[in-house]
Amino acid sequence: MTAVGEVLPPQDVPLTRTMIVATAIASRDYQDVHHDPDLAAARGSRDIFMNILTSNALAERYVRDWAGPAARVRRIRIRLGVPNHPGDTMTLTGEVASVDGPQVEVAVRGENSLGTHLSGSVTVEVPEEQA
Amino acid sequence: MSAVEAGAGETGAVAGATYDARLEAFVGAVLQPRTPAQDPVNVPMIRHWVEAMELTDPVHLDVEAARATGREDVVAPAAMVQAWVMRGYAATVRPVAGGGRFAELVDLLGEGGYTSVVATDSDLELVRELVPGDHVSVEEVVESISPEKRTGLGAGRFVTTLKTYRDADGEVVATQRWRTLRFAPATPQEPAAPEEPAALRPRPATNRDNAFWFDAAREHRLVIQRCTGCGTLRHPPGPMCPQCRSLAWDTVTASGRATLYSWVVAHHPRHPAFDSPYVVVVVDLAEGTRLISNVVDLAPEDLEVGMPLELRWLDADPDLTLPVFGPVTQED
Repeated sequence: MTAVGEVLPPQDVPLTRTMIVATAIASRDYQDVHHDPDLAAARGSRDIFMNILTSNALAERYVRDWAGPAARVRRIRIRLGVPNHPGDTMTLTGEVASVDGPQVEVAVRGENSLGTHLSGSVTVEVPEEQA
Repeated sequence: MSAVEAGAGETGAVAGATYDARLEAFVGAVLQPRTPAQDPVNVPMIRHWVEAMELTDPVHLDVEAARATGREDVVAPAAMVQAWVMRGYAATVRPVAGGGRFAELVDLLGEGGYTSVVATDSDLELVRELVPGDHVSVEEVVESISPEKRTGLGAGRFVTTLKTYRDADGEVVATQRWRTLRFAPATPQEPAAPEEPAALRPRPATNRDNAFWFDAAREHRLVIQRCTGCGTLRHPPGPMCPQCRSLAWDTVTASGRATLYSWVVAHHPRHPAFDSPYVVVVVDLAEGTRLISNVVDLAPEDLEVGMPLELRWLDADPDLTLPVFGPVTQED
């Protein structure tokens, strides 16, 4: 039985350079800031950084891992803060924010050494018997 | 720009519009008309995503596992809806010329100096899960363009759009409210906008009664006004002795020894000439008068009421020198 306030186990996401490039390419995002350190610097960033599709994907993964394979993702709402640069670690934390029948909204946060990378929520629909 | 538009510009109808109005004209514009993805939803691209994102949920690749959850087939990860309609490598490195309203907006933002972009918000709502064979299309409409905002990355404008994703039958499968910051990167290696002079500290309000004090400061002399009638020292400077009402005065030069009477740490409001937070102190000069000043070489947590301080000089700019106080470096 899912209840408001239930806390999800935190998840550490090691941010390697390869991972940041691989996830950008897997999402078909070829913007240079996600793979070319020199061009990222020329655009005012200290290094390459993770693209937002991957931030969405990781928020989705985090909540799916908790909700189980039967859950269907209905909404992924995130605000981006500080960038995810190579060499850092992002720690995802979450807490059930609301339960409305089969719809469960989990507030999610991803923090790295610079601060909050993402904050928002993922809403999943879980089968009635599981909710 | 077409010849017709250029002609309109010359009459002033376009050229006369302010930059903000030209941006505002994009609100409601279809940046990208409904455009189909290059490929339908397919297992190889899902696999690529699942591997890179390190997903463990079996419903994306294992048909049996997906069926065990009541689905008919494997389902694409929800966040992947945006990936299906990405333009791909070729169009990223060699954008097609004359790319429609989106390119026009990017050009207009570039004209304003907003040459860089970061995504700041995404609100993705899924109507249904996508399965292999679905052919997704996307349409993008501008919802709003903000006035210029100062951000950590530089001055920029937030552009909010709504992307609507449809399947081959035209049914909406997802919507995404998408906000990006288009900004002028605040980096030294960028070609400089004309060099801005550094912000100056606010000017003291000087007049015939107090100019001597600031003039002495420019010579690195901290002076205290002294009544020549009764000998009382006074600060801040004024025309009349508050003790004996004499208008006659001269000055003595302070030793520069002081003790900390009180302080505040100013965080806000910020002023470009000050590194926030900064410490404003009231010190007791050894001669007995008090002075409002700043400390240097001392962190707020190092301060203690009554601690000895020593005079330093801050040459703020060619026209302004001020006494400040730091830790005592040598005992007398």
